[in-house]
Amino acid sequence: MSLQSPLHKVQGLGSAHSGLTHFWRERVTATALIPLSVWLVASGLGLVGATEAEVAGFLQRPWNAVLMGLFVVLTCIHMSLGVQAVIDDYIHSEGQKIALLLLNRAFAWLLGAVSLVAILRIVT
Amino acid sequence: MADQPQTPPRPLSPFLSIYRWPVTMATSITHRATGLALTVGMVLLAWLLIGLASGPDVYGPLMRLLATPFGQIVLFGFVWSLAYHFLNGIRHLAWDLGYGFEVPTANKTGVLVIALSVLLAVAVFVIAYTGPHGAVMP
Repeated sequence: MSLQSPLHKVQGLGSAHSGLTHFWRERVTATALIPLSVWLVASGLGLVGATEAEVAGFLQRPWNAVLMGLFVVLTCIHMSLGVQAVIDDYIHSEGQKIALLLLNRAFAWLLGAVSLVAILRIVT
Repeated sequence: MADQPQTPPRPLSPFLSIYRWPVTMATSITHRATGLALTVGMVLLAWLLIGLASGPDVYGPLMRLLATPFGQIVLFGFVWSLAYHFLNGIRHLAWDLGYGFEVPTANKTGVLVIALSVLLAVAVFVIAYTGPHGAVMP
């Protein structure tokens, strides 16, 4: 038995206007971020007291640059999905909701792009 | 009415401020709160990366800010938020796979996640302060 209204069945959309993709992406990025977070914190601990050049040198090593890039990109995706869920749940005015959803996406893209360019500049 | 058998007193929750929070509710709300806090944490990470990319003018002041007591408290907040979101996230993934959804189990893992997250965050700071470079830390 489906609890969806006929209109929603036709649209194939839930209250958030999207469905399984959101759930699934959130889980996949969460799973990938388990080892990446361990790597980030362990690396951070290893760099306590390090000079600026030493920290930059750490990120210049190819695998560290790759892992940092992956951490930033996957976190930005996971982050925007999570914040979107909060907006979907608590903002009830449609106009405000759309504005905040756009802002949320813009923030995630901007943060991801800025971080990636910074990593590239550290590496080169 | 008077000769009716007395039922045990029912739990009353008239106001949010004196509502007895079930562990599962507290852990759920904290998961969201730490997630939002970590969003701000990502700004700090981006700031750090920008600092490393653009040189001492940006990197130096940021490091000095993080070294102040205020900076250290903020940093501890982010480390604990990450520890909590990490552990409770694993709890969520286990639920998604169908494990640990029974109420007594969910209550137990909830308490476990809270305790372990504090332990993990403190452990990270103990290692940071007492590690080989710990003496350099303020």
